[in-house]
Amino acid sequence: MNVTVMQLTARNLLGRRRAMLLVILPVLLFVLAGLTRWASDGSAASSSQLANGFAMGTLLPLMCLLVSTGVIGAEIDDGSIVYMLAKPLRRRVILFSKLVVALAAVLVFAVVPTMVAVAIAGDEGGRLTLAYGASAALAGIAYTAIFVTLGIATRNAVVFGLLYALLWETVLGGYVPGIRAVSVRQWALSVGERMLGTDAGPWAVTSEVGLTTGLIMLTLVTAGAVSLGIRKLQTLTLTSAE
Amino acid sequence: MSTLELVGVSRWYGDVVAVNDVTMTVGPGVTGLLGPNGAGKSTLISMMGGFLPPSSGTVTLDGAPVWRATEAYRSIGLVPETEAMYDMVTGWEFVLANAKLHGLTHPADAARAAIAQVDMADAQDRDISGYSKGMKQRIKMATALVHDPTVLLLDEPFNGMDPRQRLHLMELLQSLAAQGRTVLFSSHILEEVEQIAGTIEVVVAGRHAASGDFRRIRKLMTERPHQYTIRSSDDRALAAAIIADGSADSVDVSSGALAVQASDFGRFVRALPRLARDRGVRLLEVTPADESLESVFAYLVAR
Repeated sequence: MNVTVMQLTARNLLGRRRAMLLVILPVLLFVLAGLTRWASDGSAASSSQLANGFAMGTLLPLMCLLVSTGVIGAEIDDGSIVYMLAKPLRRRVILFSKLVVALAAVLVFAVVPTMVAVAIAGDEGGRLTLAYGASAALAGIAYTAIFVTLGIATRNAVVFGLLYALLWETVLGGYVPGIRAVSVRQWALSVGERMLGTDAGPWAVTSEVGLTTGLIMLTLVTAGAVSLGIRKLQTLTLTSAE
Repeated sequence: MSTLELVGVSRWYGDVVAVNDVTMTVGPGVTGLLGPNGAGKSTLISMMGGFLPPSSGTVTLDGAPVWRATEAYRSIGLVPETEAMYDMVTGWEFVLANAKLHGLTHPADAARAAIAQVDMADAQDRDISGYSKGMKQRIKMATALVHDPTVLLLDEPFNGMDPRQRLHLMELLQSLAAQGRTVLFSSHILEEVEQIAGTIEVVVAGRHAASGDFRRIRKLMTERPHQYTIRSSDDRALAAAIIADGSADSVDVSSGALAVQASDFGRFVRALPRLARDRGVRLLEVTPADESLESVFAYLVAR
């Protein structure tokens, strides 16, 4: 971990104009949570529907994509990453430092808002809030690892990320049952399902996969993405367009 | 003292060859990498700076390859062409961050010295986003100098500078070279390069076209066959006179104007007005047909 890399990365992430989106999307979630509470009188099942559909299905992957491109993609695009790479620093250290900043941002701007939204929309004894907090945190880690690596591997990370988040996880998953099992969201939800025990069914916190499969898949995908990301950063080519 | 060595270096992207079998040694002193836009200068500098692997051949710094060797950056200072930096910090914070990234023991002292060297102390507390192009260039220089590198690579450093800033940078590069550093910069302007570079490496269309001090390069460029397009009151009479005089190699009248090729540039320009006057021919137009830098370079390659 390198503190200077983390500082520069954080300034770069929060200093750009699109950092506003990091605030706007959670606020939108809070508004929806308030409406849900008003419409369904604070029922945990409706609250869960909002968290599962909008918070986990759309907001979380979008936020992870925004944060991931903000911590590395943008710097690669404009070439400023050269100031970090032209240093006697292991590329692994640079990647880990950037991942830590990204994860902290995802925690603050996506995971905590998801929990707050569940608490606003309706909960029973805070159990649903915790279950979604754990699932969102795990999904956030995997999404961030995937999207940061995508940002190093291709200049079209945003397009691929959006396609994955919106088409694969949301639309295709709705029509093709097999795809639903190959989904970061489903793997992460397996944890929430286990935490809620018998309430998981009625509250519709259900996963396509079991807890073991979910955790193994999350670990494999995250570790795979990180190690690929390190390799891609070690061989990143930079040359100004001629 | 450090030496960069390129041996049989080629780089291609798909089926486009950007750099073609270049062998050169860059040692202490100022070296100018001269060539028209698109000649492969940036590609060469990227390979020297370890940001692009050669497709074939080797790029080494004091015998060790620079690709995938982050330790090489202890001796290399890089001034990229791209203007983007971490814009939302001040010049001071950015140079200091670079010193820390190098793991220097006294980063603040190093940053102060580097900023003083580029004469930016007065503006160091302003955000980089508010800097002029010349100021940005100087802060970029400071980040490259902060760890006291033995090799300095600069990609088109004079682009967008006003004459005063240009002069300042030229003096800085020369003083760095006088301290025994290896300084290489790229440019597409001969006058820029010959003012400060002890050695000039000419690159055209990815090939290493010429190498030497500026006198040698200047000579190569002026002693090539020059071409002129001439329009006059009597093209044929003038053509006959030029041929008879022997001051040109060939004269072509077929295109409606005179196309003259002269290898002795000085002799021809002196002879032409005299020949025209003696024959009573009026010169309407005399245009050098190929004075662009590109055609000069093209000649060097074809040579």
